[in-house]
Amino acid sequence: MTEEIIIAGFGGQGVLSMGKILAYSGIMQDQEVSWMPSYGPEMRGGTANVTVIVSDERISSPILNFYDTAIILNQQSMDKFESRVKPGGILLYDPNGITHHPTRTDITIYRIEGARLAAEMGNTKIFNMIVLGAYLKIKPVVKLENVILGLKKSLPERYHKLIPMNQAALTKGMENPAVYKPA
Amino acid sequence: MGELKLMKGNEAIAEAAIRAGVDAYFGYPITPQSEVLEYLMQEQPEERTGMVVLQAESELAAINMVYGAASTGKKVMTTSSSPGISLYQEGISYIAGAELPCVIANVVRGGPGLGTIQPSQADYFQATKGGGHGDYKLYVLAPASVQEMADFVEDGFNIAYKYRNPVMILTDGMIGQMMEKVELKDQKPRWTDEEIKKMSDSWATIGKGNHRERNIITSLDLDSAKQEKHNHHLQKKYRQMEEEDVRFEEINCDDADYLIVAYGSSSRIAMKTLNLARAKGIRVGLFRPITLYPFPMKALNKYIGQVKGILSVEMSAGQLIEDIMLAVECKINVQHFGRYGGMIHSPDEVLQALETLINGGNNGR
Amino acid sequence: MDVKEIIKDENLVYKKTSLMTSNVLSYCPGCGHGTAHRIIMETLDEMGLQSQTIGVAPVGCSVLAYDFMNIDMIQAAHGRAPAVATGVKRTRPDKFVFTYQGDGDLAAIGTAETIHACNRGENITIVFINNGIYGMTGGQMAPTTLEGMKTATSPYGRNLRSMGNPLKITELIAQLPGTYYVSRQAVHTPSAVRKAKKAIRLAFEIQKENKGLSFVEIVSNCNSGWKLPPVKANQWMVDNMFPFYPLGDIKVDGQLVNAQ
Repeated sequence: MTEEIIIAGFGGQGVLSMGKILAYSGIMQDQEVSWMPSYGPEMRGGTANVTVIVSDERISSPILNFYDTAIILNQQSMDKFESRVKPGGILLYDPNGITHHPTRTDITIYRIEGARLAAEMGNTKIFNMIVLGAYLKIKPVVKLENVILGLKKSLPERYHKLIPMNQAALTKGMENPAVYKPA
Repeated sequence: MGELKLMKGNEAIAEAAIRAGVDAYFGYPITPQSEVLEYLMQEQPEERTGMVVLQAESELAAINMVYGAASTGKKVMTTSSSPGISLYQEGISYIAGAELPCVIANVVRGGPGLGTIQPSQADYFQATKGGGHGDYKLYVLAPASVQEMADFVEDGFNIAYKYRNPVMILTDGMIGQMMEKVELKDQKPRWTDEEIKKMSDSWATIGKGNHRERNIITSLDLDSAKQEKHNHHLQKKYRQMEEEDVRFEEINCDDADYLIVAYGSSSRIAMKTLNLARAKGIRVGLFRPITLYPFPMKALNKYIGQVKGILSVEMSAGQLIEDIMLAVECKINVQHFGRYGGMIHSPDEVLQALETLINGGNNGR
Repeated sequence: MDVKEIIKDENLVYKKTSLMTSNVLSYCPGCGHGTAHRIIMETLDEMGLQSQTIGVAPVGCSVLAYDFMNIDMIQAAHGRAPAVATGVKRTRPDKFVFTYQGDGDLAAIGTAETIHACNRGENITIVFINNGIYGMTGGQMAPTTLEGMKTATSPYGRNLRSMGNPLKITELIAQLPGTYYVSRQAVHTPSAVRKAKKAIRLAFEIQKENKGLSFVEIVSNCNSGWKLPPVKANQWMVDNMFPFYPLGDIKVDGQLVNAQ
């Protein structure tokens, strides 16, 4: 199994940390992982994206043109990455702030209203965990228990009290992805 | 099995330094490798192992602090990125001339000049052909994963002390900034002063006792005949490295009609190309030099008669290709492909270039 | 009286320290370097520090100081001696570490290394030989060359407007909190040599006590560069260098003593 994912959105949406938790979860179940961010000035406020690969084998290129899954969290990223999902692949997006919705019919498109659900849960910071939950429902590349282990490993101890909140967000995300069919 | 962690390449090199029992690190901030110094400061290695970490006032000072500490037989390392490494060159030449062991990592970014902060492999010539003034060589290791970033610290020191020669870890912003699973080795104790004395009392400046003449660390000899003799001695070391310490990796090369030769980040990208090409029925192998100096000349030379073409894939305008051409005595059609200036080629672009080569086309060189 | 009768232990009034080698000094006759070398080595000898001392030689006339100083020594790149010494001292805090630098080395190409080592309060001793000229390369203008002084690169005299001012680097670094002892001395007369040696001794005592950086400037002559016979060169130094670079302690026990 090799899963090649791009996660893209605004800086501050938790794009990089979502990728990091996913990668750590892969390690927890003895898989090979890579996490390759776009880095540089754009990190500071602009768009942010990270390529995460989880595999049972040695990982080749950490930088890719085409992905099994794209997780898209803003319009710029939609414009850039919709065309770069492999045929038969998956595009998961949050419709919040999206004006031009995806149009491809050779891939499966899912929506998760992460921003709305996070607001309903009273904590916008768990937005990324809701999206991650939705993704893991669609493609269970890592087990939920290993995500929790990954969270424990990647968060400093003083933040461990936040893990139940994150777990609730993951569960919320798992309950809510909806298939979206372009008109 | 050591501790498993998800780490950036830059963090791995820093953690590996602490665990390898390194005595001192001197550095100066520069993107994309500032995480090394940041990580070390965060970790407080002075308390963990007694390792000294100091942010110097400049790269000029940092490399000369390395020179000073290495002069006393201590395990010392530094890291920087391309413009900073250019400033290091004076010190590196002195270190090579004075025969001091140390490890220097260059997390390469696009150039020339201030360039970009994105990954590049354009410092290949500088690393492998000298870089500073005079006839000297660095032993150059090119990691292709975060794991190798960690492992090459200790490997580097082993070579540095075997030859009393500076070792460079030549990597780039891609490996430096990406995170992968890394297995960390257990903590090694730092050498005691007694151990260092036993090992290095014949040359290190640790204080002249009555038992020996004074030790002098210098690269100066105003007598040209003596300077030539010293150069002969240095060259002998480099020949020995070429005999004993060449490293490379071959993937799917046995039945290959074509080879991609690539190191570090480019070799990772090329691995993906390999999969794509093999799926299309192209018999291509990947030859990855792990030591860029000494370059695996003999290993590559063996492909004369076997392969019909070689694609040199590098994030530079064509530097590695010159060593490949030397290795195969220009008897194989060698072409260059690569993005540069901070751009990274994709596996698909590399595949396209490979197909151009196979179809008798020319990739521009 | 026969010579052999004179050479007896009881008649011995002066002996070359064993911390100076027997190599013939490469400095010009009349130059102050030899004396400066000697008082440093005598001090280390008297303090019993030979086996614990690491010296750092610069680029300049004293580039070959290690030929004369019988201790472990490191030859540094031009201007980088304080950084090299930092590397040594940080990894070998129990050793005695000093640099021996000229004006071009310390106050031109190595200004940043000098200031930052001083500012960090590295526990080292810097001995600074100021003769207002680049001697090794044939008498070019130095950062400390006086106004109007003729050198190979200021053949009509140093013009302050186009060539900048002579740099009082010693007063400058005395302002930094990292320096604990800063003094300016000379070695042109027996009494000056005695005072200079006392300053060197104090500098090493301070290093022993881990109090911070100790810095001793020695204003010296360069008869070849100044194109004067040795005696006249010393007189010229007294008449011209000392008024601009006055001798004496500048900072003692971490306090400025000579507010100018």
